[in-house]
Amino acid sequence: MTIKFEDLVVGDEVGKLEFLLTRDSLVRYAGASGDFNSIHYRDDVAASVGLPGVLAHGMLTMGAAVQVAVNWVGDAGRIADYQVRFTKPVVVHPTDGAVLVVTGKIGVIDAEARTVRVDLSAVFNDTAVLGKAQAVVRF
Amino acid sequence: MVNVNVQGKKYPETAPYLVGREKVREFAHAVKSNSPTNFDVFAAQAAGYTDVVAPPTFAVVIQERSLATVLADPEADIDFSRVVHGDQRFIHARPIVAGDELTSQLEVASVKTLGAHSMVTFETKIYDAHKELVCTAISTLVVRGDE
Repeated sequence: MTIKFEDLVVGDEVGKLEFLLTRDSLVRYAGASGDFNSIHYRDDVAASVGLPGVLAHGMLTMGAAVQVAVNWVGDAGRIADYQVRFTKPVVVHPTDGAVLVVTGKIGVIDAEARTVRVDLSAVFNDTAVLGKAQAVVRF
Repeated sequence: MVNVNVQGKKYPETAPYLVGREKVREFAHAVKSNSPTNFDVFAAQAAGYTDVVAPPTFAVVIQERSLATVLADPEADIDFSRVVHGDQRFIHARPIVAGDELTSQLEVASVKTLGAHSMVTFETKIYDAHKELVCTAISTLVVRGDE
């Protein structure tokens, strides 16, 4: 699908993805990223620092969420600027994991720069876990 | 409490990091990407890149190397066990691709104190082998103080 920049409208939905984050996902992300903080795979450590359970890496949530914008534009290399605020933790149940639902819509169109800002919403357990999640896509 | 005097402090450039094609694929898989330019060399080349493109958040791997130098700095006095990631941003001058040899330099952009807590913002500039800027990674950590 080729997107025509001129046809884009602010407020349009660009996509929705549902991610199942399991303990396996966290171990895989730890290995791939080098972030081996044990609150992301050990219940005892998470409990000892007062957490409600093992948490997903914020950077895993951030990295998965942007895939909505990446899939829409069809090329990971066109995300020029991407930011998030980590507002709530994603607690990953040992057997059931955690379901993250991400939607994206067009927030800003800059005709001069030929960029589109995709505003992302990431929800876990009916709660938004990212704030100000914005990905600027180059056209 | 983080030492406010490290505001503006620049840390030494990190050793070059060679971005491997399989590392890009491994990371892309881990962030649940199925974008062809992350995995397929031909798709990436058809899109105008020299090799597979790293996901938009891959720069965190380089940022962490710089951050490790700060966490090891006694002057900064950051207790990693009390650190919570507040926010994160990656501004790309161009995407990172396999084959890039990247170095990074971190500057402590600001240290703010909010009651017992500190908020520290780091700005990490990531350069390629030609010393061209590839990405600016901005990270804010919240360091919890004694309640």
